[in-house]
Amino acid sequence: MKAKVIVSPKQNILDPQGVAVRDAIRHHGIEGVASVRVGKFIELELTGAVEEKALHEICRDLLSNPVIEDYHLVVE
Amino acid sequence: MKAAIIRFPGSNCDQDCHLALREMGVEVDYVWHKDTSVAGYDLIVLPGGFSYGDYLRCGAIARFSPIMQSVKAAAAAGTYVLGICNGFQILCEAGLLPGALIRNRSLHFICEHIRVRVENNATAWTHAATQGQILRIPIAHGEGSYTADAATLLELNQHRQILLRYSDERGEVTDAANPNGAAENIAGICNAAGNVFGLMPHPERACDPRLGSSDGRILFESILTKIGARKAA
Repeated sequence: MKAKVIVSPKQNILDPQGVAVRDAIRHHGIEGVASVRVGKFIELELTGAVEEKALHEICRDLLSNPVIEDYHLVVE
Repeated sequence: MKAAIIRFPGSNCDQDCHLALREMGVEVDYVWHKDTSVAGYDLIVLPGGFSYGDYLRCGAIARFSPIMQSVKAAAAAGTYVLGICNGFQILCEAGLLPGALIRNRSLHFICEHIRVRVENNATAWTHAATQGQILRIPIAHGEGSYTADAATLLELNQHRQILLRYSDERGEVTDAANPNGAAENIAGICNAAGNVFGLMPHPERACDPRLGSSDGRILFESILTKIGARKAA
């Protein structure tokens, strides 16, 4: 089993990386990209014994910082 | 009176802090992050650097170091805790200070002398300064842009927990004087109890005129006279 976690900056947090990437896309000559947010993708290989509650705890306390980031957890 | 400097893997301002405190007459010990006790210390310093290579987020992994349980307990008991640069990031990650430090708006690592204005000199950390005094201290960080939600910023202002703001040489807090995009030009804050202080500038690198500035001594003088390690000037 795997847990896949996407961590992204909160909407109201300035993301200068995202702005730089958006500008690079424009310089590349492609129009139509209004904004970019840069986050992280983290994959956890599970032995099957980890409760979903514990996974959320890992996401909240370590993998993301709730002050500045949101996370999305998928177990598959 | 003894001070502890916590060493994490990747700390690199530990010796600067040690020298600065030692030259001011303080007995200083290094405490390894795998140790479990900071009992008996009057001042705990989390120095700058790149703890755990800044993996995941700056300070995110250091927060779970064994020593941090004891640092948290000491902070709750009123012991003075100082976090400089990466130490500030660790204090925020650990929840000992509100808010977070994010990537500089320029995306550049900035290493230069800047100016900060003392916003509240009625604290243990700043009483040797005059209200509004301008200090010239270096910064060296890539992720030093302080951010917090509106409610937290309001609370910090109301409780006068913002101790330092980036300013120009005349003491004007302007956007041009904000090196990293920090909310409200915030360079350093303390907790509500006033015993935990975090700042992005490096006062330990500004303790000798030969280094271009000795303004950092004012902050160390403040806390050291507070805890009785030095006599008031």
